Amino acid sequence: MRNPSKHIIIWTACAFVLLLTSLQAVGGTLKVCTTCEYRSVKEAVSKAKAGDVVLVDGGTYKESGITITQPIRLIGQNNPVIDGNNSGQIITVASDNVTIQGFTLQNVATSYTRDDAAIRVKQQNNIQILNNTILKTYFGIYLQYADSIVIKDNVIKGENLGRTESSLGNAIHLYYTDDVQIIGNDVQGHRDGIYLETVKNSKVVRNISHQNMRYGLHFMFSDNNVYTHNTFQKNGAGVAVMYTTNVHMEYNTFEDNWGAASYGLLLKEINNSFIHNNIFRRNTTGIHMESSSRLDFKNNVFERNGWAIKLMTTCIDDTFRLNNFTGNSFDISTNGNAQHNYFEHNYWDKYTGYDLDKDGIGDVPYRPVSLYSMLVEQVPPSIMFMRSFMVDLLDNMEKVMPSIIPQTLVDEKPLMKKIDHDNNREFVQVLRQTASAPWRER
Amino acid sequence: MNKIIKYVLYDILRSKIVVAYTLFLLLLSIGLFNLGGSPDKGLLSLLNLVLLTVPLISIVFATTHFYNSYEFMELLVSQPIRRSKIFLSEYLGVSLSLSAAFLIGVGIPVLLFAPGATGLYLVLTGLFITFIFVALAFLASVITRDKAKGIGIALMLWFYFALIYDGIVLFILYSFGDYPLEYATLALTALNPVDLGRVMVLLNLDVSAMMGYTGALYKSIFGSAWGVGIAFLVLVLWVMVPLLLSRRAFIRRDL
Repeated sequence: MRNPSKHIIIWTACAFVLLLTSLQAVGGTLKVCTTCEYRSVKEAVSKAKAGDVVLVDGGTYKESGITITQPIRLIGQNNPVIDGNNSGQIITVASDNVTIQGFTLQNVATSYTRDDAAIRVKQQNNIQILNNTILKTYFGIYLQYADSIVIKDNVIKGENLGRTESSLGNAIHLYYTDDVQIIGNDVQGHRDGIYLETVKNSKVVRNISHQNMRYGLHFMFSDNNVYTHNTFQKNGAGVAVMYTTNVHMEYNTFEDNWGAASYGLLLKEINNSFIHNNIFRRNTTGIHMESSSRLDFKNNVFERNGWAIKLMTTCIDDTFRLNNFTGNSFDISTNGNAQHNYFEHNYWDKYTGYDLDKDGIGDVPYRPVSLYSMLVEQVPPSIMFMRSFMVDLLDNMEKVMPSIIPQTLVDEKPLMKKIDHDNNREFVQVLRQTASAPWRER
Repeated sequence: MNKIIKYVLYDILRSKIVVAYTLFLLLLSIGLFNLGGSPDKGLLSLLNLVLLTVPLISIVFATTHFYNSYEFMELLVSQPIRRSKIFLSEYLGVSLSLSAAFLIGVGIPVLLFAPGATGLYLVLTGLFITFIFVALAFLASVITRDKAKGIGIALMLWFYFALIYDGIVLFILYSFGDYPLEYATLALTALNPVDLGRVMVLLNLDVSAMMGYTGALYKSIFGSAWGVGIAFLVLVLWVMVPLLLSRRAFIRRDL
């Protein structure tokens, strides 16, 4: 140690060289702008090597058919717009490990044979699609046979004015794609907001799906997925999910899905799943369920729906606990007498019983199915007699001496007071905060 | 004619029943709006009340009034006044005083707590129902000379329109559930002014959204100016038909 400062200089130099070489390994940067070497995104992408960054500066680029064949990062700066000009697909990803970030992609025409999308990924893994705005496209983001995907903070807006369901594509369309994270996207104006078919082990978090022609969220054969903190609003037919087991749906909001055939949530053949802490507000039908068994409904709020739950007799072993039912025209309706579901400790605003021992639990069981709701189920036009004095009279008579309504569909321990989910507000806020933190930090 | 109406109105006001009716409606409306929380809820409760009590009070009051002013009418008939004039004056006197009571008792609270199209429909429905049931009461009164019998018929009419009719229709719907009944139901609701009024107000409230296919159909019918026009025309018919029938009977009758 004759001269320690010399050592330090040598070490620093070494570190600097190492840093430089490591940067070299990550790759170079290809800039695209009106005055740069590359003036089109397509050109830069085709020249890029593995690990390169293609940096696109603000401006409008009238291009389509951009194919990414190398693991690169395609990054937009100052919000560049790639206008497909209705001449086909805009970006096709044909390589693993690709990131697409910060673009506005617009104008992809309806194509029934090719299913054109703004971003299409086919049989590639580890793709990240972040912070893009996708406007007026047929499909927005379309992935098939891909794994390890992140789709985050994108805004996808279709135009469905005066168009039919069949001439619209889905905003986010995934087919045979596992391990996906769909986070913080805002999707609207398409056929389905988020469409998942055979998508497993995935997370759908904090998305807003609204004003889509058909469903806000639509999945089939997609086991082991988690859906939390999403909002599904004003979609043509609400949310429909089918043929799936082990679904976790928590802290979602389903609201304002109005219309003759609209649901907040339609469950068909969903098994072994958890539906907790959701809010169903102002839907024609809050939940419509058929052939769904072993579901656990807990801490949900059903508020001002036409029907809170339509429970078909094909559903068995479902549990409903600690839910609030307020202001619904009908709490539960069903289509038959056989019932093998379990209700306990729910709050029903129509409950008129008493609580002599003051333990907060009503002493008289509550039957949430009214005679009139059974009649409406069988003869829909009789809905016109809603709030008729005769109907109220019949309902009350049936309540005193139940003979037609299902005997076994009963809450033996109804709560006297509305469950104050707001008391858990801090808890919910903590959850929301962690949910809004970047995914990897969790 | 105006003079006769004035006398009738004066006579009604002196009996204080209309004043009590006004206060009753006023108290109930304000109470319901304050209890209900949201104006929509208040309107719904008020609708139930209006559809049950307004027909009852209108029909009973009008029938008793008709029989009580029998002597006055006999006196008028002996004068050179046309019978139809006497009859119409009596009718207008009673229905105007009752609808004034309704306007003050329900109209003002609705205007204060829930102004809007739905409130307007509710008030219009209530007014029409007042006119319709006074007409029905007069029809019941001219059928028989016996006061007890007349009131009995009036009560039966109320019972039929407010209760039995819905039961019968529900039974019909249930029996013929296998057939498409949308338009049949529409026709059947038009045959009862109480139902027609209820459906019109309900379709304008939030609940209409949940009415499924039938509701969507009716909403498209009642939502259009054309449909509303037809509905009100039917209500006008419901006033005119019993009124003209009873006027005819009154003119031809040997008093």
